[in-house]
Amino acid sequence: MTLSAVMVRSSAPLARRNPVAKLVAATVFAVGVLATLDPLTPALAIAAELVLLPLFGVRYGTVLRRGWPVLLSVFGVVLTTILFGANRDGSSVFALGPLDVTTGVLTVALGLALRLVALALPGIMVFSTTDPTDLADALVQNAKAPARFAIGTLAAFRLVPLLGQEWQALRMARRARGVDSGGNPVAAARLFASTVFALLVGAIRRGTRLATAMDARGFDSGTPRTHAREQHFTRADWLFLLGAALLTAAILTVSIATGTFRPVLG
Amino acid sequence: MSAVELRGFGWRHAGRKAWAVRGVDLRVERGERVLLLGPSGAGKSTLLAALAGLLADDSGEREGTVEIDGLDTRKARERVGIVFQDPATQLVMSRVGDDVAFGLENRGVPRAELWPRVAGALDAVGLAHPLDRPTHALSGGEQQRLALAGVLALRPDLLLLDEPTANLDPAGAELVRSSLRAAVSRETTVIMVEHRLAEVVPFVDRVVVLAPGAGVVAEGPPERVFGAHGAALAADGIWVPGQPLPPPRRAVAAPGEVLVTADRVALAPRLAPTDLAVRAGEALAVLGPNGVGKSTLALMLGGLLKPAAGRVVASAVLAGGDAARPPHRWRAADLTARIGSVFQNPEHQFVASTVHAELAVGPRRLGRSLAVVDELLTRLHLDHLARANPYTLSGGEARRLSVATALASAPRLLVLDEPTFGQDRRTWVELVALLADLRDDGHGVLTVTHDPAFVEALADRRLELAP
Repeated sequence: MTLSAVMVRSSAPLARRNPVAKLVAATVFAVGVLATLDPLTPALAIAAELVLLPLFGVRYGTVLRRGWPVLLSVFGVVLTTILFGANRDGSSVFALGPLDVTTGVLTVALGLALRLVALALPGIMVFSTTDPTDLADALVQNAKAPARFAIGTLAAFRLVPLLGQEWQALRMARRARGVDSGGNPVAAARLFASTVFALLVGAIRRGTRLATAMDARGFDSGTPRTHAREQHFTRADWLFLLGAALLTAAILTVSIATGTFRPVLG
Repeated sequence: MSAVELRGFGWRHAGRKAWAVRGVDLRVERGERVLLLGPSGAGKSTLLAALAGLLADDSGEREGTVEIDGLDTRKARERVGIVFQDPATQLVMSRVGDDVAFGLENRGVPRAELWPRVAGALDAVGLAHPLDRPTHALSGGEQQRLALAGVLALRPDLLLLDEPTANLDPAGAELVRSSLRAAVSRETTVIMVEHRLAEVVPFVDRVVVLAPGAGVVAEGPPERVFGAHGAALAADGIWVPGQPLPPPRRAVAAPGEVLVTADRVALAPRLAPTDLAVRAGEALAVLGPNGVGKSTLALMLGGLLKPAAGRVVASAVLAGGDAARPPHRWRAADLTARIGSVFQNPEHQFVASTVHAELAVGPRRLGRSLAVVDELLTRLHLDHLARANPYTLSGGEARRLSVATALASAPRLLVLDEPTFGQDRRTWVELVALLADLRDDGHGVLTVTHDPAFVEALADRRLELAP
C-alpha cells in the first residue's frame, strides 16, 4: 500500500464517511478488541468486520491480496507461541519430544492470531478507502490538526516511492565504482550501511528542497490558510461513530455474558 | 522605484570559507526581464534564493543589502515567486488542481476565488489536464509547467527562474519555454538563470554577468554583451550564442575489435529488444525520445542490470578469461577495470568523503598508482576542490567528478548517460576532448545523450532507439 497513490474515491456508503470518523471508529473498535485476551471477542469482531467489508466497497479478494503480510505474521505468532509460550495448562493435545502442546497454549495462540486479524481488518478498511489528501484535509478541518504537520506529512509521503528507485540506483552505482561485498558478510554489512547512509543523505536533501519550495509558496507565511477542498463532519459521521461504539460494546457484552472475557488489565 | 535593488550584496554559507556570491550591485526595473550568467560557482542560484527570501539568517553570513520594492526580502516574500530545477521536489500535492491550489491556500485566498485562479493559471501555462489528474502521470516538461502554474497563480510581481529547464529533455524544455512566453505578463519582473542561452535570449531584455566573488562584471542588452565580451564569456564556460565550438573530432583510425555486444536485449516495459555492438576506438551515440529505454540499455551494457531477455556478451579483448560470463555477473572490481559507467545523477556514485579520496577508490581497489588522481583533478578543473566533500559540489562540478571517477580505473569501455547535462561550455569542450583522446587511444565510448552538439562533436556512429 502506498500512501502517495492517488485513489479513486469510493462511493460505498461507509467508504464515503469522513476520514477522521473512520479513523476514530477503527481506533474505538481496536481498543475494544484489545481489551481482552480470549479468542471469542476477536472472533466476533472478525465476523462483524467481514459483514461490514462490502459496505466499505472492499472486496474479499482485495483483503487477501493486501493482507498477506498479516497472515504471515499470524503464522509466525502461532508458531512462536506454541514453541515458547509459558502457558502449559490444560490437557496435552500432542507431544513432540520435549515440546508438550496443550489446550492452554493452543487457546493463547488462537487468541493472539485472531486479535491480529481483528486489528488488521479495520486498518485495511480505513486506509484502502481513504484518499491521503482527504485524510490530511479532514485532520486539519475536522480534527484541528496543525496544517504544518498534516500537509507537511502528506507532501513528505509523496517522496516515499522515490526511495525504492533510489536504492536500486545506489546499489548499481556502487557496483559501477567497484564497490561490492564479494560474498564477504562483513563487507556486505558495511556496504549495506553505507548505502543506507547515502539513501538517507539523498532523502534529507530532497526533503529540504521540497520544504524550501513549499515555503517559497507561502507555507510558512503564518497567514491563516484557507481550504481548497472542503471536508464535512456530518450527522451521518456521528451516527457512524455511534454505530462503531455500539458494535464494540455489543461484542464485549457477549464476551462477558458467556464468561470468556479475560481483561488485559487487572 | 526599481523593483529590485542589491547593494554590495554577499552571502557566505555557514561553514564555508569562500563567499558563494559577493560584491553584487544591481538594479532591476519593474517589468524588466534579466538573464543572470556566470561560470559554475558564480553564485547565481544563491542570489535567486536571497531574492526569494529563502536564505535564513542563521544559515550563513550576509553582506550589503537586497531590497524588493524598497522592502527587505523577508517582508517582500508575497510579491516573489520562484521556480526551481527539479519538478519532483517542488510539486506538493498528488493532483494537478490541488497542487496549484496549495499556494493559494497558504495565502488565505477564499475558496470561491481560489478555483477560478487555479483554472486560470493552468490555462495560462497550457496545461489542459483535468484537475484531478495525478501529478506523477505528467511528463517532466508538464510537471515544470505545473510548477510554473502554481507560482503564477499567486500573481508574483517578481518571478525568479532557477534553471527551470535544466532537468528536461529538449522537447520538455521547449514546453516550459513556450509556457513562459505565453503566461508571463510584461508587468512581471523576471530574473532567470539558464544554461541554454540561445533559446532564452529572445525572452530577455538584459543580460547580467556575474563572476565568482567579483559581483557584476558585465551587463546590457544580450547582443551588446555578447558582442563585446562573447569570447571572454565563452572561455569562462558560458554558452554564448554564436561562439564557435572546436571542430568535431572523428576517429583517427578505423574501429578495432568488438568490445561488447548486445544481442536482442530487452526489459519490458522499459526497453524493446535491441541489438548493438561497441568497438574499440569508436564513439557511439545512443539517441531517442525520453522513456524509450536508453538509460536501461546503458545499465545493461555497463554490467549493472541483468537483461530480462537477450544477452550482453563481452569479447575476450575486454574481459579476458571472464568473457564466458555476462558482465552483470562479474566481480565489481573487475567490472570497473573493464567498463566504466557514468550515471545521470552524479551523486549516486559518490562513496568517499573528499573529492581526492573519491578518485582514489578505483585505482586503490585495483592496486594501481594514484598518479592518475592528480592528473584527472587538473584535467577536469577540480584541483581546487580536492579536499571538498563530493556532496557539497555544484551540479557541474559533481558531474565532472563522476566522469573522472569512471576514468580513474582506466576501463577499456566507457558508458556515459547524459554526461553533458547542465555542463558549462568549458567543461563541455574539455569533456569532448577527453573522450576523443580516449577513443583515439583505443577505448570504446558509448554515450546516451539528448545533446545534438555533443553528437556532432564526437560521435562516429549513432543508434536511434525508436518508441
